Amino acid sequence: MTSVAHATPGAHGGSGGAQHAPMGFWQKYIFSTDHKIIGIQFLFVSLFFLLVGGLLAMQIRWQVGFPGKPMPGGGILPESMIVNGVILPEYYIQLVTMHGTFMVFFAIMPLLVGVYANFLIPLKIGTHDMAFPRINMASFWLALLAGLIMTAGFFVPEGTSRAGWTMYAPLSARPDLSGATVGQMLWCVSIVVLGLSSVMGSVNYITTIINHRAPGMTWFRMPLSVWALFITAILAVLALPVLQGAAIMLLFDQTLGTHFFDPVAGGQALLWQHLFWFFGHPEVYILILPAMGMVSDIIANGSRKPIFGYHSMVFAIVGIAFLGWLVWGHHMFMSGMNPTLGSTFMVSTLLIAVPSAIKVFNWLGTMWRGNLRFHVPMLNAIAFVSMFTIGGLSGIFMAATPVDIPIHDTYFIVAHLHYVLFGGSLFALFAAIPFWYPKMFGRMMDERLGKIHFWLTFVTYNLVFFPMHNIGMGGQMRRLYDPTIYDFLKPQQPLNEFISIAAFALFAVQFIFAFNFVWSLKKGRKAPQNPWEDNGLEWSLPNPAPHGNWERVPNVYRGPYEFSAPEAGSADFLPQHVKLPTDRDPVPAVAPGTGH
Amino acid sequence: MSWWLPPAASTFAGPIDGLFLAILIITGIALVIVEVGLVTFVVRYRARPGRKAFYTHGSTRAEVIWTAIPAVTMVALGLVSNHYWVIMKGKNSVPANAYHVGVHAKQFEWRVTYGGPDGKLRTDDDFTVRNQLHIPVGQPVAVELTSEDVIHSFFVPEFRVKQDVVPGMHITAWFQATKTGEYEIGCAELCGMGHYKMRARVFVHTPEDFNAWMAQQAAGGTE
Amino acid sequence: MKARLFTVVGGMFLLTVCSKGDQGTVRAASPAPPPSDAASAQPAAAPSESLAVSPSQSGGTITGKIKFTGTPPRNASIDMSEEAACKAKYKTNPPAEETVVTGPAGALANVFVYVREGLPAGAKPQAPATPVVLDQDGCRYNPHVLGIMVGQGLEIRNSDPVLHNIKAIAKKNRPFNVSQPTAGMKTVRTFSAPEVMVNLECNVHGWMKAYVGVRPDPFYAVTGPDGGFSIKGLPPGTYTIEAWHEKFGTQTATVTVTGTESKTANFTFAAR
Repeated sequence: MTSVAHATPGAHGGSGGAQHAPMGFWQKYIFSTDHKIIGIQFLFVSLFFLLVGGLLAMQIRWQVGFPGKPMPGGGILPESMIVNGVILPEYYIQLVTMHGTFMVFFAIMPLLVGVYANFLIPLKIGTHDMAFPRINMASFWLALLAGLIMTAGFFVPEGTSRAGWTMYAPLSARPDLSGATVGQMLWCVSIVVLGLSSVMGSVNYITTIINHRAPGMTWFRMPLSVWALFITAILAVLALPVLQGAAIMLLFDQTLGTHFFDPVAGGQALLWQHLFWFFGHPEVYILILPAMGMVSDIIANGSRKPIFGYHSMVFAIVGIAFLGWLVWGHHMFMSGMNPTLGSTFMVSTLLIAVPSAIKVFNWLGTMWRGNLRFHVPMLNAIAFVSMFTIGGLSGIFMAATPVDIPIHDTYFIVAHLHYVLFGGSLFALFAAIPFWYPKMFGRMMDERLGKIHFWLTFVTYNLVFFPMHNIGMGGQMRRLYDPTIYDFLKPQQPLNEFISIAAFALFAVQFIFAFNFVWSLKKGRKAPQNPWEDNGLEWSLPNPAPHGNWERVPNVYRGPYEFSAPEAGSADFLPQHVKLPTDRDPVPAVAPGTGH
Repeated sequence: MSWWLPPAASTFAGPIDGLFLAILIITGIALVIVEVGLVTFVVRYRARPGRKAFYTHGSTRAEVIWTAIPAVTMVALGLVSNHYWVIMKGKNSVPANAYHVGVHAKQFEWRVTYGGPDGKLRTDDDFTVRNQLHIPVGQPVAVELTSEDVIHSFFVPEFRVKQDVVPGMHITAWFQATKTGEYEIGCAELCGMGHYKMRARVFVHTPEDFNAWMAQQAAGGTE
Repeated sequence: MKARLFTVVGGMFLLTVCSKGDQGTVRAASPAPPPSDAASAQPAAAPSESLAVSPSQSGGTITGKIKFTGTPPRNASIDMSEEAACKAKYKTNPPAEETVVTGPAGALANVFVYVREGLPAGAKPQAPATPVVLDQDGCRYNPHVLGIMVGQGLEIRNSDPVLHNIKAIAKKNRPFNVSQPTAGMKTVRTFSAPEVMVNLECNVHGWMKAYVGVRPDPFYAVTGPDGGFSIKGLPPGTYTIEAWHEKFGTQTATVTVTGTESKTANFTFAAR
């Protein structure tokens, strides 16, 4: 693994520039409290779970596109899952459940938050490390443990839980009705452990941003990536415990004979939905806000212009996060809850479209009259804007409650969620990973491979997910093992086949990214200190950034997006830490207890 | 195959499809603005030697415009939508003259109970049929939805009707078919391994045919 | 009807003992205490000797006929219109439920008869290696009632091109629920504890029901259309045999076998 911490004299951080004793391999790279190492650990583990999620998706698409046909390679799976190569219905619903679970909890969330909150925050606000480095380390190991517990579900009798990643009760609470026994319990335990990891990380992010900003780094000079990660952390620390509570109640229903969710003994089926979605909706904003923040940084960089409407962008992030607590019932319009709640949740849901629209227009405004550089991160960031717009607009159809009636729980929803989570979040990651790769590993990812990967992914991705809107309009329900059972769905089966084939191609293309990532670790071009000519504080450090970051934290003289500022002279960027003759030193903020 | 919504067969389809189209136009305009904007900017403002970006931090006027227009549009959309929502799903929306049918969902079939010749549910002449919903055309129909076990969802695409069926609850959903013919019910909430096979058929009869069917059922009595 | 041909599954096991096919063979009778009447339910007597429990050529036989008195209730017909592939298999003979299946002269089929008490304790006969086959054909279980030994394989086959799931509802055994979405699929399950009866059902086709009697020994039979049963190879002893019917409940009889004779125990069920 590429070395991250150089043992240059005085480069070790800590109070007052004191030096650590030299660290062994285990302490430096495995049980590290260095926020950058923790971020990189999250990166490797989460990319692995992203692969797992993708493999599950391939099996799903095989079955939907070619129902009942033996799957190539199916022979390696046991008879409880596949018989004569044919995926069994009970395995299929495990696949859809685990695909969603792994992608949401173990791929996208840790990639956005576990990786970039950890890696970027101290670097971008100008401090040595997180406020609580050991709790930070624990948060990684708990996340890994949670992932292993979840994976174990595939290896226990009867297999994994299978009520969808949304885990609706009473199906999820009753093993006699679902068929899942130990696997269902493992899901609950894993979620509780993951929630703990999330909360531990979040308290670090929040505390560090509030207390440890470098002198001159006022709130409104923070990059939007940091703002987004800050607000996301607040969402996480408030939302995850709700899910943990619900998961514990579900676990008790299965094991202790409680009946929180089972009406047979006085419980309420809808209680699960309210608890889950009260968490679930803020969760989807956890899954998009960091992406939006990083995209803002990258678009400003690629446009060589300040972000258009920086303050509006901050207020939009806060607005989205705040409103995000008030919309959860839009997942429950058909649930049988009081229809008046349908009206109220529709209002809040339609309103939350507004701050998202503001952000899209501001990204456009940033690119307007810019001097656009189409490096790989910029390409992916522009694609983010394009596809997040589609995903966000498709949400308006379902927000209008009467229109939700025919499209709820159909592939229209599947299209929407994949446009925002893949077209949105994952493309933002395809932008962020190469952008900060040099800071992590000291090398550049290959630009040409990156561009090939981008174009092929962009095309195949849209071929897979855009037609799903039509599939859903045609009435195809979610989580359907075999659509051809229904006469009204038979005519669109050729489109299902097409989508599946495009999906196989989309998956295959990702190996270009995987190869590029792994190959560049050792063979990538050695990175100059500021390869993107960016303004962030992190680029004032060598690549890779050393343990402890700065010996003395820098002073901050301006906002994060002073590209093409007149003061910059002939350069078209002006980093936050560069002192011009006209600048005055900021009054140092006294960070309690640490000094610098 | 059709790229649009299924052919309409109920009185709900008009408003719902109309609203769908209106939203498609509104979002379509927004989409075109954004995508054409992106492509235009990508072409027009690409970096060339000697060019410089235009240094600005934004425009308050622009923010006001592109906040107000979406906000007003959303409010209007909400008002129109809510009007139809109340009609279709409101607490007192089931018409008084609706023909009531009991639909009991269980893993993995739909048990339909008819009121029999006296037309009333929960009387002695009721009978239950598996996986077949027979209703008259042109008359409001109320399905009283109950579940034996887990959450299912009653969904007939051509009628634009969908309602989750929740154990422990008794939920009445209504609709009015406008065309005779045969349609399908699909379960629209994952309910276990047989979820995909939870299919039933809807037969929309003329009033005469419906009465004839009812008489035949009362006499014959299949399972 | 196909179902009726296959109801004597218990006889399959007896093939390993008898030279001929099913319940036809009658062992030589020897002077023995008179058989008790069907209607009496007496507590089982303890076995007087302990001998090998595995059925032997020289064992005793309990045989009998089971009748139903009165007019048998009508079996509801099954409307398979929603499963065209299964409905197509009933061109001439529309399917009906198999709750009460009777034969000529009031014979009652699908009665599971087994030795409930009386065998020497502790003996554990070997389950046969051959599995018992349960077929799903025309959206029906074939056979409707069957017996199986603890540890013996139950091979469940799907002969229909439609989804069936086999849900086993059991108290003493581990329940299972497995699906077979296409024709030709086979699943084998075994039961680890005696249980009368394990209920099998298909959730996709709610009329499909089968009943499995799991026994630790081979001394059971299922009556066919002639209402007859024969349990062979019993060591000498006094036995409580029970007749189980899915609608009419259970009845017991006490029979003593001293050698290789054949004893008769008839049962009569009536409408409740």
